[in-house]
Amino acid sequence: MRNSRSLLAPVFAVAMTVAGLFAIPGGAAAEDAPKPPGQKWSFDGIFGTPNLASAQRGFQVYSEVCSTCHAMHLLHYRDLTGLGLNEAEVKAIASTFTVPQGLDDQGVPKDGPGTPANQFRSPFPNEKAARAANNGAYPPDLSLIINAREDGADYVYGVLTGYAEAPSGFTMQEGMNYNRVFPGHQIAMPKPLDDGRVTYSDGTPTTVDQMARDVVTFLHWASNPEEAERKAMGVRVILFLILLAGVTYAVKRKVWSDVH
Amino acid sequence: MAGLHKSDIPNPVLNWIDSRLPIITMMQKEYGVFPTPRNFNYFWNFGALAMVTLVVMILTGIFLAMHYQPNTTLAFDSVQHIMRDVNYGWLIRYVHQNGASMFFIVTYIHIFRGIYYGSYKAPRELLWILGVVILLLMMATAFMGYVLPWGQMSYWGATVITNLFSAFPGVGKYIVTLLWGGFSVDQPTLNRFFSLHYLLPFVLVGVVFLHVAALHIVGSNNPLGIEPRGPQDTLPFHPYYTAKDSVGVCVFLIVWGAFVFFAPNFLGDPNNFIEANPLQTPADIVPEWYFLPYYAILRSVPNKLLGVCMMFASLLVLLILPWLDTSRVRSARFRPTYKWFIFLWVVSFIVLGVCGAHKPEGVWVILSRVATLYYFAHFLVITPILGKLERPLPLPESITQSVTGRPLESH
Repeated sequence: MRNSRSLLAPVFAVAMTVAGLFAIPGGAAAEDAPKPPGQKWSFDGIFGTPNLASAQRGFQVYSEVCSTCHAMHLLHYRDLTGLGLNEAEVKAIASTFTVPQGLDDQGVPKDGPGTPANQFRSPFPNEKAARAANNGAYPPDLSLIINAREDGADYVYGVLTGYAEAPSGFTMQEGMNYNRVFPGHQIAMPKPLDDGRVTYSDGTPTTVDQMARDVVTFLHWASNPEEAERKAMGVRVILFLILLAGVTYAVKRKVWSDVH
Repeated sequence: MAGLHKSDIPNPVLNWIDSRLPIITMMQKEYGVFPTPRNFNYFWNFGALAMVTLVVMILTGIFLAMHYQPNTTLAFDSVQHIMRDVNYGWLIRYVHQNGASMFFIVTYIHIFRGIYYGSYKAPRELLWILGVVILLLMMATAFMGYVLPWGQMSYWGATVITNLFSAFPGVGKYIVTLLWGGFSVDQPTLNRFFSLHYLLPFVLVGVVFLHVAALHIVGSNNPLGIEPRGPQDTLPFHPYYTAKDSVGVCVFLIVWGAFVFFAPNFLGDPNNFIEANPLQTPADIVPEWYFLPYYAILRSVPNKLLGVCMMFASLLVLLILPWLDTSRVRSARFRPTYKWFIFLWVVSFIVLGVCGAHKPEGVWVILSRVATLYYFAHFLVITPILGKLERPLPLPESITQSVTGRPLESH
């Protein structure tokens, strides 16, 4: 509409130009954003919480595949106890990563094995380095990715399983990949998952579908680590309040009995 | 009039205090025996609910401020630090975040009650005006609070809304620079918004105090819109309305809790989980739901300055409502025609809210224009004219007679 454009014109003019220059090609084209097909998730509904076995496998997929390009800087290794791992296991996992460990005695930044107190290792030191290594595209931080997208879990699952041949007549830009769910259908990320990409220690078959489900479950937990505690507390709080409302209503009836 | 207050509090310590500062006597007078119409329905809960919300918002806000960093490079992560690392930080923040929505739901219903039952009419005009001031302060506070998490919608919402002031000829761009503390939404903007977001709630408390003080001079309206004629028409506030308000508070907390514990982000925008990026505009810039009707009014006018003026006018028109309404009858219960126009006004407000959530294209433009037209026509044309034309239903003799069906003497 004319008005809204004129209203936001000064903002949009600058921002869109700049955004157009720097954004992931296709990322800005939100016009063609198909709704991802709905999936069933362990964390659906009022009482649903993430299936922890699946989330643990998802952490493995993240570590072995996604973390090559995607950071999760809001998470610390200590948070992994929320996936049902014990402290020794978390310590062991953290120590397999090499992370920045402050400065050495000469004042030079040094790396060392991770501890539970460390943030998840970031693949790139900053956004510029990330773009330089990825053909100009920026692999977004995944700490909040499920919450940061419409239909978050379905969307990320849809993208991970949505790679296909571009339909004939669809012109692809150089270095881009066709995706059924990604807005604009052109995504810079190459198809990340293929059958057998990782090996699960619990023998779960590593189909693309299974790995996508597991990693989405993990990412959902990472976006909402408080969910299990929140929902459990919610049930108790609401039950208490219903009880309290009942008692309060009875008191009110009693108080008002001489008026009615 | 100097000298000790003659207190009749039996407890010697409390008596000593009350003789020197009669706050206990005051509380007793204003919240204990305060004569309140006996016929309130549950719509009269909502003032108390708003008060509860304000207190909860201030308390949760104080704790959030202990961990929040008003710095463009730290703000977003500090909110996530609250969500992940601070003990029960997620609870405090979700209560605060959803509390903003609850505050507006409760306040909008409170305002609807005032309009439906004519609570703004003489002698309650100033009480009503103070209420409108509270609404405006709430909106400013909520807007600045939404900027603090420094997500994409925080940043771009702030940019769009502050830019509205640039529509005013001459002074516009200076106002915008002053709001920003620079030449774009940036560190100075975030810092001053944090400062003001902390300050305004206490200003709000002050105006709420005046609102309640004015209420206690003129007394409460009631669903019949007629004044109490004597003690038989009123009840002491305590225990009758403390008990009735408590029921409302419990139900309200259930609703609030349902959002906090089971759908904490239902009313939010996914874009605000992405850190503010001045170089990337979101596809759609949408304010929080409680601003959508005003946003729709703004966008329904094909001229920026006029749109901004209409948006502000849609709120300011409430200030003169006591003088726009020409009917001598307060309660719409006795105004058979006007009643339907009020419902239509509510519909127009909701339609505007829905329009505000959609891109201003096609049918949404037409709908929002029709609804805007009705919104203003309701106040500026229908309310003044209908008040003169309408034949109200006969008013009951007294509150007691209406409630009990008995004439005055038998009670």
